[in-house]
Amino acid sequence: MPTYLTAQLNLTFSLKTKVAKLTKPLTLAEKVWNDHLVVKGEDGAPDLLYIDLHLVHEVTSPQAFDGLRLAGRKVRRPDLTIATEDHNTPTLDIDKPIADVTSRTQIEALRKNAQEFGIRIHSLGDIEQGIVHVVGPQLGLTMPGITVVCGDSHTSTHGAFGALAMGIGTSEVEHVLATQTLPLTPFKTMAINVDGKLRPGVSAKDIILAVIAKIGTGGGQGYVLEYRGSAIEDLSIEARMTICNMSIEAGARAGMVAPDEKTFEYLKGRPHAPEGADWLAAVEYWRTLPTDVGAKFDAEVFLDANTLDPFVTWGTNPGQGVSLNERVPDPETIGDPNERAAAERALEYMDLRAGTKMKDIKVDTVFLGSCTNSRIEDLRAAAEIIRGQTKADGLRMLVVPGSARVRLQAEAEGLDQVFKDFGAEWRFAGCSMCLGMNPDQLAPGERAASTSNRNFEGRQGKGARTHLVSPLVAAATAIRGTLSAVADLIAEHEAN
Amino acid sequence: MQKFTTFSAVAAPLRRSNVDTDQIIPAVYLKRITKTGFEDALFASWRNDPEFVLNQPAYKKAEVLIAGPDFGTGSSREHAVWALRDYGFKAVLSAKFADIFRGNAGKQGLVAGQITEEATEALWAAIEANPGVQITIDLEAKTASIGGLVVPFEIDEYTRWRLIEGLDDIGLTLRDEQSITDFEAKRESWRPKTLPARP
Repeated sequence: MPTYLTAQLNLTFSLKTKVAKLTKPLTLAEKVWNDHLVVKGEDGAPDLLYIDLHLVHEVTSPQAFDGLRLAGRKVRRPDLTIATEDHNTPTLDIDKPIADVTSRTQIEALRKNAQEFGIRIHSLGDIEQGIVHVVGPQLGLTMPGITVVCGDSHTSTHGAFGALAMGIGTSEVEHVLATQTLPLTPFKTMAINVDGKLRPGVSAKDIILAVIAKIGTGGGQGYVLEYRGSAIEDLSIEARMTICNMSIEAGARAGMVAPDEKTFEYLKGRPHAPEGADWLAAVEYWRTLPTDVGAKFDAEVFLDANTLDPFVTWGTNPGQGVSLNERVPDPETIGDPNERAAAERALEYMDLRAGTKMKDIKVDTVFLGSCTNSRIEDLRAAAEIIRGQTKADGLRMLVVPGSARVRLQAEAEGLDQVFKDFGAEWRFAGCSMCLGMNPDQLAPGERAASTSNRNFEGRQGKGARTHLVSPLVAAATAIRGTLSAVADLIAEHEAN
Repeated sequence: MQKFTTFSAVAAPLRRSNVDTDQIIPAVYLKRITKTGFEDALFASWRNDPEFVLNQPAYKKAEVLIAGPDFGTGSSREHAVWALRDYGFKAVLSAKFADIFRGNAGKQGLVAGQITEEATEALWAAIEANPGVQITIDLEAKTASIGGLVVPFEIDEYTRWRLIEGLDDIGLTLRDEQSITDFEAKRESWRPKTLPARP
């Protein structure tokens, strides 16, 4: 049978949930892929996939709209497209004009393009404004079994719902705007099995930092990752978003978690979640999505949640991480010459000495925010730790909610007051210090414990040094002034 | 997009691995809204260093970059490809590329050819023995050669065909517009819609 007919059959079978499975067992990623196949590629040509949801922001879209204009093309499906302003937006004085000229230009370009092409936009000051990867799930637009793209590599976040969600470049943004499809080469699949129970003080961020340290920043290249196992099932949807968010940091194009009752619960009642008969049909379909028993992954990785410690990076790529109880590694002990050279460079940039205890590293700034860790659960977790505590002397803490709604929710719960009483700065929503495109930057040589996703050279400001951490570690660090786990606070308390 | 099958140009050795997109083009340059003019942004922070390879007279006019493994990791910014292209690069060879970078490169007519680490070392050695030497990139034969040194590179067949034909992506897809319309007609009503906006 020709391959395109087989694909057609797969499509039919997976849509009819009652039909016995006559085809080979499939993974979650393969099912979503098959159900979006518009044209099966032949002779090495990629498959053409339909895109259910296209998220747009101001940085990677202006040139795409420019391309449409140049070619005289329209946006095919404005009703499957939504834009927010996030990368450049200031987190203070949001009612004033944006001071930075280029930031303002990008934002104005997005507003103009949205108007010209009929796209829904949530601008600075709007109640639905926020980081694009926080806004999509919050509105209930992100759901299981759909394809999501955005001109941002952290689009993998939406995989937490069992969606196939990928970051794309600006040419692809233009392509999706014009055609609502994307030519894609099939991926390989990798199972990331995380079993066991996380200890108190250890969270989703530690899982993903440990996974990246294990497989490396290139380990996921060519793969869609599926996070599975009891530790993943135990996580909340927001925690799963933290994990899927950083799939790209392992080099993977996407990361996914199978949808379950928690997913449905999280979605139900959100503004754009299906309703009535649509809801029932959707849930029936969503239940067919988890990877079939007997399905084969192209690669498998195992991680024991029981023994996992809080994890933190020491270097300048997210794979350069260790347990917080360990020491800065010695490059001499790294076998691979490229990795060794990278470690040497990283230590120089980070101004760290091999053998230093991670917990002896003093930081100047703590950043709680970014599409990785700026949701209400992240803010609650950090607030819980710092409540009634005193901030370390001279340390600066910036708290940036992921969206205007998260900010409002936090204020309704009094979390803003907890942060303010502690001495932290309570800001408006946006990407902020994660990449420092707005005024929220570190000064040269400054060192941060950051709940964001990238510790690249200069990412948070020229010459700035970043240690990636969980919200819990961020909070404990803000109290003690050195990289710290929640357990250190308890130990200190008991010692006193 | 310009068609080409073969060209010869100066090659520059970039002896670094894990060259991420923040190094190729720092985020501060992402604020522009045009599609061209990014040449000054390429490797902006490294170019402050007089010792940096592209600051050496022999490599100023380089059009082919030979880099260490894991080139283009990090963000999805296509500006990384634009910056390389605007500077004058037509090809980058590396033992490993980040997926998104490789995809972006193909769409802009930048060859991202995968070579072995041994080939990387051999090309670096050949270039450094004779700085400013020309390399020939042959898309038909999938080889890069400097004098008698010929190394094969990998590039996926579809991208290679498109580069040789100079074909644009959207035009290719729109040949299947009927299939897209047919697919949309069957799209289930529970799937997301951003409009009309619901409170």
